[in-house]
This record gives sequence, C-alpha cells and structure tokens, in this order.
Amino acid sequence: MAAHASSSAAGHEELNYLNWKTGIWSWLSSTDHKRIFFLYLSSIMVFFILGGIAALIMRTELATAGPTIPSIVKDSHTYNVFFTMHGVFMIFLFVVPGIPATIGNFLIPLMIGAKDVAFPRLNLFSYYLYVIGALIGGVAMLNPVDTGWTFYAPYSTTTSSNVSLMVFAAFVLGFSSILTGLNFIVTIHQLRAPGLTWMRLPVFIWASYATAIIQTVATPVVGMTLLLIIAERAFGAGIFDPTKGGDPVLMEHLFWFYSHPVVYIMVLPAFGVVGEILPVFSRKPLFGYKMVVISSMAIAAVGFIVWAHHMFVAGISDFSAKFFSVVTFLVAIPTAIKVFNWVSTMYKGSISFKTPMLYAMGFVFLFMVAGTTGMYLAMLGVDVYYHDTYFVVAHFHYTIQGGAVIGLMAALHMWFPKMSGKMYNETVSKTAFAMLFIGFNLTFIPQFILGMEGMPRRYYDYPVQYQTLHTISTIGAYLNGFGYTFALVNLLWTAKFGKVKAPRNPYNSTGLEWQTASPPIHENFETIPVVTEDPYNYGVHKHA
Amino acid sequence: MSSNAAVAEHHHVGPGEPPHIHHMDTPTAYGAAKLGMWLFLATEVLLFAVMFCSFAIMRYYHLAEFHDASHHLNLPLGALNTVILLFSSYTAAVAVTKAQKGDNKGVIRNFGISVLCGLAFLVIKSIEYTGKAHHGMFPVVWNEHFYEYKNFLGLYYCMTGLHALHVIIGMVIMVIYGILPARQNRYSGRYYTPVELSALYWHLVDLIWIYLFPLLYLVG
Repeated sequence: MAAHASSSAAGHEELNYLNWKTGIWSWLSSTDHKRIFFLYLSSIMVFFILGGIAALIMRTELATAGPTIPSIVKDSHTYNVFFTMHGVFMIFLFVVPGIPATIGNFLIPLMIGAKDVAFPRLNLFSYYLYVIGALIGGVAMLNPVDTGWTFYAPYSTTTSSNVSLMVFAAFVLGFSSILTGLNFIVTIHQLRAPGLTWMRLPVFIWASYATAIIQTVATPVVGMTLLLIIAERAFGAGIFDPTKGGDPVLMEHLFWFYSHPVVYIMVLPAFGVVGEILPVFSRKPLFGYKMVVISSMAIAAVGFIVWAHHMFVAGISDFSAKFFSVVTFLVAIPTAIKVFNWVSTMYKGSISFKTPMLYAMGFVFLFMVAGTTGMYLAMLGVDVYYHDTYFVVAHFHYTIQGGAVIGLMAALHMWFPKMSGKMYNETVSKTAFAMLFIGFNLTFIPQFILGMEGMPRRYYDYPVQYQTLHTISTIGAYLNGFGYTFALVNLLWTAKFGKVKAPRNPYNSTGLEWQTASPPIHENFETIPVVTEDPYNYGVHKHA
Repeated sequence: MSSNAAVAEHHHVGPGEPPHIHHMDTPTAYGAAKLGMWLFLATEVLLFAVMFCSFAIMRYYHLAEFHDASHHLNLPLGALNTVILLFSSYTAAVAVTKAQKGDNKGVIRNFGISVLCGLAFLVIKSIEYTGKAHHGMFPVVWNEHFYEYKNFLGLYYCMTGLHALHVIIGMVIMVIYGILPARQNRYSGRYYTPVELSALYWHLVDLIWIYLFPLLYLVG
C-alpha cells in the first residue's frame, strides 16, 4: 500500500504520514494509528473546551455569595446541569480517551518499532464509536441531565431528564474504550520489534499496558450497570430502585468498580509520560526501571479492590469500610515508589528546563499533593467529615487535572516535534505553562481550605463567610483557562504556520520513536529497528 | 470483530492462502487475532458478571419471591434449549476441525447446523416470552398480581434478553466469517482463523447459557 513512500518522494518535499495522502476523506477513513491520533485529539479538544466553559460558568456563579450571573445560572437545577455537563464531558469524552487513545495511539507502535497497531481497522472503528457516543451524549444534553456524572440511583432512575440516552452514550463510549484497550494489549504482546524484550520496553508502554488491562476488564462492568439503569427506567426491572425492591447501594458498588479503576486509566499513562520525559532532560537512566514497571502493574491490580472508599458514608458495613480503607492505603506504596523514582532520576542529573520537563516536574509536584490528600480521604473518620466537601473536589482535580491533564500537556509538548515536524517557541510555551500552573493552584488550594471549613460540593450558593476563598478560586480558574488556551493555540499555530523544522531527534533521546523521521512516514520506519540494549541508557555510552 | 484484521484484504489471495496483512507476518496475525478474541470474550464474561452479581444480591434480599417466581418459568422448554445449544456448540467445534482439514463443505454443513440450532433456540425463547406476556409477567403488560416477582423477572429478562442478542450476533458471525467464505473454498490447513474465532464466540454464547439455565430455572 505505502510502496516505500520515502523513496518515491519527488522533489524536496519528503512524504510523511501527514501528506502522503490528502483530502478530508483520506483522514476520516485512515487506519494509520498516527492519523487516528489526530482524529481523537481534535475530537477530545472540543469537549475539553465545552467542559472548560461549563467549569468557568460554575466558577463565575460562585465568585460571589448569592446570585452572580442569574441570567445564565437561573437556579440550582441549572447549576446541576452545568456540573453534570462538566463531569460527563471531561470524564467520558476528554480525560478517559485523553492519553490512552490519543498519545497512546501515536506512540505505542512507534515506541515498540511496529508499523501500526495490531488491528488498524478496529482502531478506526473505536474512534467512530467514540464519535457516535459523543453525538448521543450531545443529543441527551437537549433535555439536560442533572444527575452528576455518577448517575447515582434512585435519582437517576426517577428524574425526568434524558438519563437513558446519556448513559447509553456512556455505554457506547465505554465500548470504544474497551476496543482500544484490547487493541493495545494485543499490539504490545505481538508486535514488538526484534530484541525489544518486556524488560526493555519504555515505561510509557508499560503504563499503557496496565491502562489497557483496566480498560478491558473494568469498562464492561460499568457498561452493563448503565444498561441496567436504562432497564430500570424503561420497565422497572427492580434492581436499583428501592421503591421496587432494588438496591441503590448495589448500583454504587458496580459503578465504582469501574469508576475507581478509571482514575488509573486517566493517570497511569501520565505516569508513563513523565517516566519518559525525566530521563531525557536529566541525561540520566530512569532510576529503578524495574520498580517503576512493577509499581504500574501493582497500581492497576490494587486499583481493582479499593472502589468502596467512595462509599464510606453510603451505608456499607463497618467491616467493609475498614477493609477498603486499608487497601486504599496500599495504593500509596506503588505510587510513592514512582515519586521517589522520578525524583531520584533527576538527582544529580544534567537537567535542562525545556517545556516538557517543566510539565513533568509540575506533574510530580501536583501529583504528590493529590496523593497525600488522598490519604486523608482514605481515613474513615476523616472521610466522614470531608465527604462531599470541596476538599474532595480539590483532591480529585489535583489527581485528574494536575495528573492526567498536565500529563497530556507534557506529552503533547514532548512529542510535538515528532507529531508535526515543527519546533514550537519555548518562551511562549513556558509562559503558558506558568499561567496554567499558577492558575491551577490558585483555583484548588482555596478549595482544600473551603472543604476543611465545611463548604459542601455541588451547591450553587453559600454563606458569605466563604466568599474570599471562592473569589480567589474563580480568579485562579480563569488564569488556568487562559493558560490552557494560550498553550494549545501556541501548538496549533506552530503546527500550521511554524517555520522551524524539527530534526529527527531534537532532544537526543534513545527512544525508538526518535530514530525515524519527524514526522514519521506512513509505515513508521524505513526498516524495522533491532533493539540491542535497555531503554534510557543516558550517560552510559556516548549518547549524552 | 477482532478477526477483522485477519480476514482483511482476502480478495488479493488465492483459495486457502492466508490473507496478506501489510504490517505483520501470518503467524503473528494468527496469534494477534486469537489473543484479541480471548480478550473480547473476557469482556463479555464481565458484562454478564454484573448481572450474575446483581442476581446473587437480589436473591439474597428476596429469597422466597425468587423461589416462587422461578417455578413460573417453563422448565421443559428451558431444558430443551440447553440441549439445543450444547449440540450447536459441538457442531461448531466440528466445523473448526473441518476447516483445518480444508473441508470447506464440512464448515458450511456444521456451521449451518449451529445457525439452525441458534434459530430454534430463539423460536423456543420467544414462545416462552409470549407465554409470560400472556400471563401478565412481561414488561409493559405487567399484571400487578405478580408484583413481587418483579425483581426476579426483571433480571430474567435482562439476562436472557442480552443472551438472546448474543445468540443473534453469534449466528451472524458464523454466517459472515464461516459459511460465506467457505462457499468460496477460503479455508485450509494454512488459514482457518475466522472459523476458529467464530466458534470461540459461539462457545461463549453456549457457556453463558450453561450458567443461566440452572440459575434461573433450577435454583431460582
């Protein structure tokens, strides 16, 4: 099919995956993993923007006590709609496919020296499932859902809003996620380049592998749970609705059996991204490679048995509350191992503060805050107090925005030269990073304090005593939003109009993806590489 | 679905030859397709696991009602369906052996029997459903007299309904990936992946029923 695109290049313009076929249809029907990455990226960004707007509307309303923008947020119901929209769009349509389906699609075949994923057509099919799910979700928002992204029964089984359509959208999106995960597992098992043994795999591949397992194993559970919500609404199956003899706590169990592991779907690939970036810009091998690998797998495994820590106040037994509290503490061990490995990798390294490095270091800091506050919430007594307060909201955003989204931004900057073949302006992207990093902390540090002072989540109004912290949080949210806009517009502008061509390996990295052209040809490598040594051998040979 | 890659571009190659796949060699493609299918089956098991789990918990809450409601199911028809599905799984397994020997007619014959069994299963299932509807034990036509059976029957319809959907999907897969290519002598000892994967899927459909039948009809 490709017929040696590079050799047939006429004139000075080299053929690569971006230009070897042209026209909108050649993109929409492409089974090339790198083009599917672009399809995903452009789609998820739509929902990042929509979800972000919903967040800013909420923050604007909360800027002052009492009504702030009554023309938009009329009452508590409208506010419920906005936080549901924010949650559903950000979780199901942005962060879950965020790193796995976008960055994973681009990098996995390149990093393991393969021409494509194992099932390229299935990969494109997954993307269209995502599109269908997104469209159904969009239609469902015409009669806006106000349940929050958790769809808790019995409210979700009784409210008149479009819950059935929305959970069906989530089911379709879940199916897309399952097929992506399945595809990646098979790809990593079957298509590694000669000599690329398991213990030579880049940590991003290990993280993606762990993620793919969670996607494949946990997602069917929530999928079925959502279908049962539809059954409950359609003909009163009597499973979750207590008035029909059902059990709403059962629904919570089934929901969190997926939705706790799903935070690892979001954040594990970000761990992998950071593990790739730190050695390159520290010019040192990744500290404790084996432990990083084992801890990724351990997080994936332990992540499956901690779900009910979301339900400490939902009426579960004392015994199970204690069990889930203890196992939640266990998650801290592999997570802390990772943080120590990252810090040790930088220790006495020859660090250069390029933009991806700044994002990676920002990630380590933010994720540490997220992890330690998570330990507060794992404590039974403390959680009873913190449950459903802004403390939980702040903790969650430190993990998901500070972890997954910062990780996505780090990856977009790190591999931007490979994706687009251009180099972005360091000064602009560093300024954007500073804006969104400061903005982020300004948004959520006050929310930790608000939570400790007792401000409950999901309220559109509050007593005036909370106003100062809320106002600071709102200012931070706008700075955060501008920072993201600035960073993404910078990348978009560079990709389109940038003049500086990227070399093959601008960061002098040992990764396989940097051994091919920037941007790569349609089938990735001129010849399939043979791997002869461990990853990250910086400073060991003459690479550095 | 996972077998898509394995059957890709088969119009480029002669009968019995494995398809040319541009990004991997034939043994890798076989391994990939098989691993993909097993993973997919694992997700299917987990899909049903949610309902088995819900069944266990609902049964614990409503033991007496579950027991009584279970007696309203048609045990002989359920048992007949079990026999039919078990037999269809046997012919599906035979079809794989036939494909490996290059006996394309054998594939058509055996998958054909499996598909007919699937059809018979669906007919019997719809007879059961119609009977229930007649007695007001069906969604939309609920007779409030049977209100306390709702939890059992709700799960019964969710479980058997989803299973019936899988029966239909399995039949379609066997026709598209088994019977139709076999009519063009597609399969041989060198290439039989789609037949094997279709049979795997059908075995899963059978396996789930093997758990559904005792749970719903016998234990209750």
